[in-house]
Amino acid sequence: MADSRTNGGSLGRPSHVETTVLGADEIILNMGPQHPSTHGVLRVKLKLDGERVVDSECIIGYLHRGVEKIAEHRSYQQFAPYVDRMDYVAAVSNGLGYCEAVEKLLGAEAPPRARVVRTILTELQRIASHLLWLGTHALDIGALTPVFYCFREREEILKIFEKYCGARLTTHAFRIGGLQYETYDGFEAEVKRFCDDFAHKIDEYETLLTENRIWVGRTKGVGILSAQDAIALGVTGPVLRASGVKWDVRKAMPYAAYDQYAFEIPTRPTGDTYDRYLVRMEEMRQSRRICLQAAENIPSGPIMAKVGKVLKPPPGEVYHSIEAPKGELGYYIVSDGTTQPYRVRVRPPSFINLQAFDRMARGSLVADVVAIIGTIDIVLGEVDR
Amino acid sequence: MAPVPLDNELVQRLKARFAEAVREATLDRKQAIVQVAVGKLRDISQYCRDTEKFDMLVDLTAVDWPKREKRFDVILNLYSFAKNERLRLKAHAGDGETVPSVCDVWPAANWLERECYDMFGVVFEGHPDLKRILLPEEWQGHPLRKDYDILKQDEAWVRENLGIDSGQ
Amino acid sequence: MSHLIPPAIQPYVLPVLWGVVIVAVLPLLAGYIVLLERKVMADMQARLGPMRVGPHGLLQPIADAVKLLLKEDVIPQNADRFMFWVAPLISVTMALVAYSAMPFGPSFQVADLNVGLLFILAVSSLGIYGIVLGGWASNSHYSLLGALRSAAQLVSYETAAGLGLVSGLLFAGSLSMRDIVQAQKDQGVWFVFWVPIGFFIYLVGSIAETNRAPFDLPEAESELVAGYMTEYSGFRWSLYFLAEYANMIIVAGVAATLFLGGWLRPFPSFKEQFPGTSIEFMDLLPALVFFALAAYCLRLAPRQPVGVQKLVMAMVAGLCGVLAAAMAAAAAFAPEAVRQGVFGGFWFMAKVMLYLYAFLWIRFTFPRYRFDQLMRLGWRFLIPLALVNVIGVGVAIVLREQWGWKHPEGTLILTTLATLGVAVWLASSGEKPGAAPAAEGE
Repeated sequence: MADSRTNGGSLGRPSHVETTVLGADEIILNMGPQHPSTHGVLRVKLKLDGERVVDSECIIGYLHRGVEKIAEHRSYQQFAPYVDRMDYVAAVSNGLGYCEAVEKLLGAEAPPRARVVRTILTELQRIASHLLWLGTHALDIGALTPVFYCFREREEILKIFEKYCGARLTTHAFRIGGLQYETYDGFEAEVKRFCDDFAHKIDEYETLLTENRIWVGRTKGVGILSAQDAIALGVTGPVLRASGVKWDVRKAMPYAAYDQYAFEIPTRPTGDTYDRYLVRMEEMRQSRRICLQAAENIPSGPIMAKVGKVLKPPPGEVYHSIEAPKGELGYYIVSDGTTQPYRVRVRPPSFINLQAFDRMARGSLVADVVAIIGTIDIVLGEVDR
Repeated sequence: MAPVPLDNELVQRLKARFAEAVREATLDRKQAIVQVAVGKLRDISQYCRDTEKFDMLVDLTAVDWPKREKRFDVILNLYSFAKNERLRLKAHAGDGETVPSVCDVWPAANWLERECYDMFGVVFEGHPDLKRILLPEEWQGHPLRKDYDILKQDEAWVRENLGIDSGQ
Repeated sequence: MSHLIPPAIQPYVLPVLWGVVIVAVLPLLAGYIVLLERKVMADMQARLGPMRVGPHGLLQPIADAVKLLLKEDVIPQNADRFMFWVAPLISVTMALVAYSAMPFGPSFQVADLNVGLLFILAVSSLGIYGIVLGGWASNSHYSLLGALRSAAQLVSYETAAGLGLVSGLLFAGSLSMRDIVQAQKDQGVWFVFWVPIGFFIYLVGSIAETNRAPFDLPEAESELVAGYMTEYSGFRWSLYFLAEYANMIIVAGVAATLFLGGWLRPFPSFKEQFPGTSIEFMDLLPALVFFALAAYCLRLAPRQPVGVQKLVMAMVAGLCGVLAAAMAAAAAFAPEAVRQGVFGGFWFMAKVMLYLYAFLWIRFTFPRYRFDQLMRLGWRFLIPLALVNVIGVGVAIVLREQWGWKHPEGTLILTTLATLGVAVWLASSGEKPGAAPAAEGE
């Protein structure tokens, strides 16, 4: 990992125009921040030699809202809704990570019923997040139809969220210590019905894309990231698993109720865009499996631990991470004994995964850049916080 | 619940190798934290990666304790795949003191150190391209410092750009 | 009536009339094909499509046309003004000129050239100038890249499409569009059954020629915004758009003429099967289709949400009903020439619509090809396949005609299978898909 200049690029410094082997000039192409395919306000500066990317630089910060600074001026419960707005596509996961981190800080533990319901909602959210990823990724590559089918499925999940906590996108579904709302009548039945429908729907979406020559041609061999590079760059989540490293926080350091359920961790050997696509499709299937197992058997009991109304964790610090749909989402919270956290640091998987973009995009064609940005699955709210 | 001193094999090996550079080792909420001298941060990181097999840098950040003489805590969260173990390295750095960069140990540190510089003003020596990452290039001040007042910033911006006094 | 017109201009009256009809109807037809595309797209994507402007969006094309006409005319700062103005004109003019050789029915043709097919191909190729000039005149990186890519793609796939046409022409024996249809009538079978591979090659080539998905990289929204059309807006853009859809109808028309039997009815004549009947029942089919349409619209009319939409729907139903009645009357009472003209036109348009439906279907199913994969497909797969196909068909015909081979169908099947084998071999050989070939020194 000697050449650390390969990360981030050096396009920021004013440079003379370099000439290539053929004596042609290299162009600097600017994509974004307003661009249909950069999934938010991401700016990518590409140095091109003809159609080939020679160097790239991601310029972020257009959506920086100072979430970590805000956390220092809010109480622990007051900060919880802010957390949803980082990775706004998978708000429930963000909430789970934060609530569990604060519970660790307090030394409290959510009761079993709360843990199981949290697991179900988080896995449904993982399916929803991957569906959105699939739709937009396919749209970038030119398949106009899967996005509508994916959103149709996502709609079913969002309906369940709305019935549960009143919101579809920024849900604030969990509370520190457990849950605020009891599950509504018919929750298990709806979850089971969704999972039953989803099984053959996902097979349908696979028939549209997986064996399609054009899809394979556009994604195989594109944006390869080796396992060594992935680990060195701190990449986690489906990107790491598609590069061959079989690691998932749910299995390595189980949280919520994940140790009670049987599920597989899909991995693929090569680490190209096609492999990441396959890993996420399989993850959706495994999430469905977890949901079914959990919904079979939700233990009864209280949904909230006894944590008191005013939270004053003893001074100290904690780092707690979960497997969010984008990767390892970590919360490093430092408490000084007062009702407001002293420091909240969010370890954003999208930010760290985006660093690998330069490594993946070097040497590829301009048309592949769009596919590579899509395959990392970033949400700018999380990248910039 | 309060942090307890930690003296397991890993800490012993670190102490054996780096003597006084390893200042303190605690266990807080069952998580291992080792505080090291900032000058040796890079060497200890290299040792942790190569010998102790902490091959992933999970996170790199800082905490500001303005009342302390060395106000910044530079935190490195490490993870070892082989041992399935986490380790937190902490180094105290003063305002204006440079911290050795760990970019060539883990390339993941590149953007993380840039963010640390952007938010706290911690300068990392040996970083290939230390510039702001989340805020615009021309921003003054480092927001996550405790003496950075958001209200004052807002008033200054309004006065400068709109020519009126902020109503906050 | 013909004695009213002086003999000097008599031969020009009908062609001019048809020409005027084509130029007048075409923008409207193109607009409604766009609406059809949006509705079909919506149907495949599990949604409804335009519904608000007119019942089921039937007035949407008119709304779009009005909007485009009223838009501000923006010309980029350092653009070459004359070229910027002329480029869309070239595209549209060439597309319209190609219609002059297109037979919409046995008597509905502006000019029956003896090299009709060649003329159409040549004029369509000239349309590429419009694209390249448009891209260059826009004074923008993105536009120029898109225009050059588009031109390269069009030229490559025209070769393949042309070779596909040649394999069909070997049966027709003439380049005149009318003679081609006549040959299909005489031989009693559509040429698509003789050379399905030629038809397939022409299908793929024509999709690429009209810049449609999966070959629409030059227009891809997510890549280069809109390629050569990026800087055009309002009326100028609508000219490009019109040119694209006019080209689609032309390639569909050529395919329908050469492979699908042109204006010939797909079903054998009722009268010939059952001599003695006075009405040609097969001719009642068009009337039935319009009648079914009218009935459907009438059923939908009361269900529309707003009174105005109910009225418009009822009017559409009425229109279809009138057409149905006219067709039925023509079937029963009209002289042979009129009947042939009307029903020939109906069947021709039906085949064109079928071909265009295939275009739409393919567009919404497949992702987009990357440019280097697109060129590789054209040059390394389609053109060799087309050449092998032409040779195979030639061999089959020689065997049949020169040597009186007894089973012409059998020979054709053999050569088709052989060509398929070559296709499979070509598809599986060559470079791996996906990874662009590594540059030197990587």
